[in-house]
Amino acid sequence: MVSNQPTETMVPVKEASALPSDLTPKMSARDVSVFYGEKRAIDSVSIDIETRYVTAFIGPSGCGKSTFLRALNRMNDTIPSARVTGEIRLDGVDIGTMDVVQLRARVGMVFQKPNPFPKSIYENIAYGPRIHGLAENKADLDEIVQRSLERAGLWNEVKDRLIDSGTALSGGQQQRLCIARAIAVDPEVILMDEPCSALDPIATAKIEELIDELRGRYAIIIVTHSMQQAARVSQRTAFFHLGEMVEYGSTSDIFTNPVKERTKDYITGRYG
Amino acid sequence: MTVTLILLAMGLGLAGWLAARARAVAFRSAHGVRAMKSLPQYHAWYVALWIIIPLAIFIVIWSNLAPQLVLQSVLSSPAAADLPQFDFQRRTILNEAAALATGRSATAYNAEARALAEPFREAISQTRMTGIAIALIIGLAGGAWSFLRLRPDFSARTRVERTVMVILLCASLVAILTTLGILVSLTFETIRFFGMVSPVDFLFGTHWGPDPMSDPAHADPTRYGAIPLFWGTIFIGAIIAMIVAIPLGLMSAIYLTQYAAPRWRTWLKPMLEILAGVPTVVYGYFAALTVAPAIRDWATAIGISNASSESALAAGVVMGVMIIPFVSSMADDSIAAVPQAMRDGSLAMGATTAETIKRVLVPAALPGIVAGVMLAISRAIGETMIVVMAAGAAANLSANPLEAMTTVTFQIVAMLTGEGSFDHPATLSAFALGFVLFLVTLALNFIALRVVKRFREAYD
Repeated sequence: MVSNQPTETMVPVKEASALPSDLTPKMSARDVSVFYGEKRAIDSVSIDIETRYVTAFIGPSGCGKSTFLRALNRMNDTIPSARVTGEIRLDGVDIGTMDVVQLRARVGMVFQKPNPFPKSIYENIAYGPRIHGLAENKADLDEIVQRSLERAGLWNEVKDRLIDSGTALSGGQQQRLCIARAIAVDPEVILMDEPCSALDPIATAKIEELIDELRGRYAIIIVTHSMQQAARVSQRTAFFHLGEMVEYGSTSDIFTNPVKERTKDYITGRYG
Repeated sequence: MTVTLILLAMGLGLAGWLAARARAVAFRSAHGVRAMKSLPQYHAWYVALWIIIPLAIFIVIWSNLAPQLVLQSVLSSPAAADLPQFDFQRRTILNEAAALATGRSATAYNAEARALAEPFREAISQTRMTGIAIALIIGLAGGAWSFLRLRPDFSARTRVERTVMVILLCASLVAILTTLGILVSLTFETIRFFGMVSPVDFLFGTHWGPDPMSDPAHADPTRYGAIPLFWGTIFIGAIIAMIVAIPLGLMSAIYLTQYAAPRWRTWLKPMLEILAGVPTVVYGYFAALTVAPAIRDWATAIGISNASSESALAAGVVMGVMIIPFVSSMADDSIAAVPQAMRDGSLAMGATTAETIKRVLVPAALPGIVAGVMLAISRAIGETMIVVMAAGAAANLSANPLEAMTTVTFQIVAMLTGEGSFDHPATLSAFALGFVLFLVTLALNFIALRVVKRFREAYD
């Protein structure tokens, strides 16, 4: 099981300021605002996301945390009325100038509701490598599929039924399949938009365990409405409220010693 | 006559409605709102329905029966005794007398008719009185019986509900029974045809050339081979038309669902659907006057000497254009039914829109698309006007699209509008052709519905 306390052992966090200066951030956002038509959903958010950490975005429903997450791999581009201002950089390069296809290959995404394609388990995983041409031959592809499923902790459950439809799996298995699918293209960042909200507690525990295992390799950002989940899986937490990022810091600080009054009220269950 | 009865039914119904409502309102003021199981208008409708429905049934029966009764009473009158025995003359005189009696004509040519006019007039007014009397009895009986059942706790509401359900059921039965009726009459005539020409010769013969002037007793079975017609139908409707309609329909559906801005879509989709509303005869002359000559000129230009001005290609292409909205709107619906999550999932993997469409959306929507294509084929092979005007009448068994070909529907028209009599195998062959066509389109529709049903269950 996942340890209850945020682990601070793998990479020490020296300070819990919003913009740590001593680490090169994997992704950084400066004054990012997102508009839906005239409505401002996100207001000037600046944040640095470091690799090898799990960063949790928490906040009440409608606070804009999912909207901000979708800005990080430009999924808001698919919504005609959405407009993003400000600057988001991945390894120092403005993502607005990047080819969106390349960006999304480097910044993968797992959705709220498991959304495997109505194809076989094998084809679900092979989808990304195929479109990006990551495999030279069938053996290569087989290996990528196996490795991705192993990392997602699904290999032993599905290795004898790779030709079965991905939609025939249970909800938790489907979500791990979607994580495996995202891993298969070797992303650097994985965005997870409330990945456990459609799952039962046992499947949720498995996903959390998996997130903990994956963080050594990727920068993971998870949006969650469960404060317990944020406390269990993340090392960094950002609290969003009414489209603003109120506070950002190490998870232990946010939960035990928040600076802002609004954060304290939310953490202690005054609203949300 | 019938009009009088309908007015009578409506009048009685309205009277019943008002009386029942008044009674229910009286109940309500006497016993209180709580004691009433139904609103006053349900009591009203209950009584009104008990008057109107039996009367409606009576009117239907009576309007069929009344002319017989009139005729019978006229024939039993003394003036009818000197009617000629010969059937044709007899009928002419009776018709003339009827026209005279009802005032449709002022004078009659035959003296007998003039003599019969008076008994006719008497019989008509007598029948009318009888009809009105029976209708009054039925209406009053129904009204009285239902009116007496009204109580404060009478659940008129559920009874009205049940009656409404039965009325709706009858309405849907009309369509089903009509289909059955068509099938029965087709089957009957087809069996008659197969009594003259064997089904084997009909279904597998390769020469089509029925001669309506030949001796009906000795039909030449070698002239009733329908294979060229089946081939022409499939070649024009299912091959050429689909080569045009499937890619264009699918691509326009993909453009409309995936690329078009909402503002464009609200314009383009209805415009595409207008194509489906163009009368087929308009497509027919477009095919015959514009497309067919263009194809012939083009064929001549590339060196084909004996290009015909009627060709399977012209009919097929225009039919394909006509079918585009069918394919497109079915494909549109089934692509739109693929959950947005599938599309997002693929885009988030770094796939382009085109890759997403090709690898995720179209495969997921395929059952719906296939069903759409099947419905389109069944529509195309039943299409008549375009082939009548553009495809020609020659029953050629050929794979050359520039040749004139004929279809099942064309031959049905040709056989039934020819001068052959209705017991000649050439005419009867139209029913056998219709029967085969009916079975094929029925099978296609059935399969399409099954495919769609299975597909719908996939995304619950």
